[in-house]
Amino acid sequence: MSLLSVRNLSVAFPTQHGWFQAVEGIHLDVNAGDILAIVGESGSGKSVAMMAVMNLLPPTARITCDELKIEGQDLLAMPAKQRRKLNGGTIAMIFQEPMSSLNPCFTVGYQIDEAIRIHLGGSKKERTERVLHLLEIVGIPDPRRRYKAYPHQMSGGMSQRAMIAMALAANPKLLIADEPTTALDVTVQAQILELLLKLQQTQGMGLILITHDMGVVAETAQQVVVQYAGQQVEKQPVFGLFNQPHHPYTAALLDALPERAPAGDFLPTIQGIVPGQKDRPTGCLFSPRCTHAQALCHEQQPALVRNSEQWLRCHYPLNTVEVLR
Amino acid sequence: MFKFILSKIALLIPTFLGITLAAFLFVRLLPGDPVTILSGERGISDERRAEMIAQFGLDKPVIVQYFSYLKNLLQGDFGQSISTHRPVVEEFFERLPATMELAFFAILIAVLIGVPAGIIAAVKRGRWPDHVLMGSALTGYSMPIFWWGLLLIMLFSTTLGWTPVSGRLDIINYYFEPVTGFMTVDAWLSGQEGAVKSALHHLILPSVVLSTIPMAVIARQTRSAMLEVLGEDYIRTAYAKGLPTWRVIGIHALRNAMITVVTVIGLQVGTLIAGAVLTETIFSWPGVGKWMIDAISHRDYPAVQGGLLFISMLVMLVNLIVDLMYGWINPRVRDGK
Repeated sequence: MSLLSVRNLSVAFPTQHGWFQAVEGIHLDVNAGDILAIVGESGSGKSVAMMAVMNLLPPTARITCDELKIEGQDLLAMPAKQRRKLNGGTIAMIFQEPMSSLNPCFTVGYQIDEAIRIHLGGSKKERTERVLHLLEIVGIPDPRRRYKAYPHQMSGGMSQRAMIAMALAANPKLLIADEPTTALDVTVQAQILELLLKLQQTQGMGLILITHDMGVVAETAQQVVVQYAGQQVEKQPVFGLFNQPHHPYTAALLDALPERAPAGDFLPTIQGIVPGQKDRPTGCLFSPRCTHAQALCHEQQPALVRNSEQWLRCHYPLNTVEVLR
Repeated sequence: MFKFILSKIALLIPTFLGITLAAFLFVRLLPGDPVTILSGERGISDERRAEMIAQFGLDKPVIVQYFSYLKNLLQGDFGQSISTHRPVVEEFFERLPATMELAFFAILIAVLIGVPAGIIAAVKRGRWPDHVLMGSALTGYSMPIFWWGLLLIMLFSTTLGWTPVSGRLDIINYYFEPVTGFMTVDAWLSGQEGAVKSALHHLILPSVVLSTIPMAVIARQTRSAMLEVLGEDYIRTAYAKGLPTWRVIGIHALRNAMITVVTVIGLQVGTLIAGAVLTETIFSWPGVGKWMIDAISHRDYPAVQGGLLFISMLVMLVNLIVDLMYGWINPRVRDGK
């Protein structure tokens, strides 16, 4: 049984011009101790999909899903209150902007303590001990002093460490990290990532890593989901994805990596931009930018098809002998 | 923190000087003068008139009058009331407790109702509770105080007979010497049974009238501050942490929203004094508002000037307290930014 299993998750937001489909047809499974990476351009619905899992979207959002289970518990059938309790307890999430994700009016210690109080309880003294321990394992020097620090007195990297400590407060089984290093200095990025991976290993958590960084994906993840314009276009184990990408979008993304591009020339790019709400093509959403597109691609949307560990949404997949359809 | 307070106090000095000048000049811009009013309908002889003008020092150039007034002020002398011949300080502070009591209850009502109303409106944004609350707030804000006061007197005092029409205490049944000047406190100190109840009974309607505008402003400001805060990232964090909704809204969001709201509450104290002038007149409440109105109609220059000065000092003092509270609520200010 997988830790998290999501089938056909879609999210739409009401706008002045009707519903905007921010996420469409996401399928994923995460096992305990596994790392799943979700990659895609900005606006491809990565964060929205994960916030839908955490039930953090505004009530106006329309979320539809065939199956959403954590450790076999059906989240869709669960009352909102009970579902809220899983947040921070079974699943925890850390965010892109650590500085604005901490409440400026409360000390870091108080905010971590709150998570422990809600999920684990215990006396004030026990909880304080645990906060100090957590601050220590996320690598914050002088935990006793930092306990009383306000968020504005800490750097971005320090704040993200505090966020991680808060997320770990109740020993979650699954951690969702939404571009945890994007807002940080390059030197700090590597440290935070290393810390996350170390903690994931020692705690045996499942980890969903939302990222732009293909290098990080290659080094860490077991499974990779590629999203484009809200749709899941491909899912593969990491080795297969990097060596034999089936979707032309995945292939184009990989080609654009500096490490893979031929030296001395301009980097290959993907022409055009992600379609917005009003200029969605009728066929495959990637078809206007796809160098492999054929007539069928412009007319008909490909369905998401599964073949054992692989998911693919393409009429004419690359690097494949047998036809997946 | 100490430096923070000192710098705030230093700012008060020029403000105070400006107020003395404004109070001094504006009261002299009013048509008529104290002597004309004192001489009554039949008037007095020109010699007597000149004599009285000289007695009050009004024969000297205005600038000379101003500086001699300032000189006296610096020596702590606020002058004597022209109409009662008693020191302005005495007259003012005799009536101040009545106004403070009224203002205190008014701001209490305004905060206790305005803040929750604003929170509810923000949480239920765009739905009927929001529309009802903000509609009422706009109505309250737009209502002329004297008219609103009279409407309430008509309903609750005349028609329903629930509340007294005027005054601070049922003087037929209770009597005690003022100790603090606060009727509720004095009634409690007197130990007479039912006295506190009677004082509160007299207090309720005027406080409600006086609280109306501040309540409306506080509700609207709380709503907008909450809406802003509820969209912040740390609110999402609080939900992600699994906190119950009441805790996210009532603690994480409210604490941040209060930074703005406390400032607004402080500013409302000025409005409250202006409102007190009208409310006290309607309810024959013996406070400084009513006293100021009398002083103005008598062209009692020293009383009006003194009253304005004291009231401004009070408003400045309240704002200073608010500034200090601001530092307490907002940790980012505390580090001496």
